Amino acid sequence: MSTNDTWTLGKHTLTSRIIVGTGKYASLDETRAALAASGAEIVTVALRRVDLSSKEPTVLDAIDRKKYVLLPNTAGCYTADDAIRTLHLARELGMDELVKLEVIGDPKTLFPDNTATVEAAKRLVKEGFQVLPYCSDDLITCKRLEEAGCLAVMPLAAPIGSGLGIRNPHNIRLIIENVGIPVIVDAGVGTASDAAIAMELGCTAVLMNTGIAGAKHPVLMAEAMRLACDAGRKAFRAGRMPRKDYANASSPTAGLIE
Amino acid sequence: MSGSGLIDVIVNGAPKSLPAGTTVAALLIELGLGEKRVAVERNREVIPRAQHATTQLATGDRLELVTFVGGG
Repeated sequence: MSTNDTWTLGKHTLTSRIIVGTGKYASLDETRAALAASGAEIVTVALRRVDLSSKEPTVLDAIDRKKYVLLPNTAGCYTADDAIRTLHLARELGMDELVKLEVIGDPKTLFPDNTATVEAAKRLVKEGFQVLPYCSDDLITCKRLEEAGCLAVMPLAAPIGSGLGIRNPHNIRLIIENVGIPVIVDAGVGTASDAAIAMELGCTAVLMNTGIAGAKHPVLMAEAMRLACDAGRKAFRAGRMPRKDYANASSPTAGLIE
Repeated sequence: MSGSGLIDVIVNGAPKSLPAGTTVAALLIELGLGEKRVAVERNREVIPRAQHATTQLATGDRLELVTFVGGG
């Protein structure tokens, strides 16, 4: 089997199977170290008002643009209009066309407004954006997003920042089997095994932030997540053995001493 | 009002008085953002960087100056 296992997103050919967020770290040094340990090639950023009272370095100072593709998000947007407005500003900041679209439907769960997300995706695709939408783990929504021309779909595993893991692996599998674009699990991954499960299901990649930044030792967790994504991906490609209800001895049954 | 006096604008939600004729570029320099990567929106329309030096602000303008921050 080929050792070459790259994937593509627009004009980018990628080796890494992990996309990481840049929020919630204790310092920019920790951000930098965690990004490096994760092996990510794409990192997400948010767009906010410039803090006019601070001259401190910003997250952009921690991200080497030669090493990482920046993926601007629309976190905090509750309407299609707000999300599109945010991405126009991101484009003005010199981003390429790749964007993470999220249109939130409710502040408590941060569940996506799938209807508004599909609407925003259609409009953004028309404007030339390459859209990666955060959405529910719902096949029909994912199909609509594929039809809208999205580059990938990013169903949640569990609520953003919850660390609850893959709540409905069956839904994720159905999405993978029934859409023709990459499926990237976004949100809810809490520890390495969650990432491995997502990859074993056949996800193309996993996007996470709090799963790393919220660990006691974020840099170590970033490495664990990288290894888990790699392990899960390799296990998926290897094709797991069939599950059986009863034992099947590994050692020969013939030739036992009497 | 133009050519003399002051204009009143809102910058990132806060009121600010500026000399009439102030351009977007001049405002960014005054705020210490001349060298920074900042996107500017005036009254909900993006002002491309190439137009910062030629875009004069007017009383009542609402400006959003934004940049990237850490996020997921």
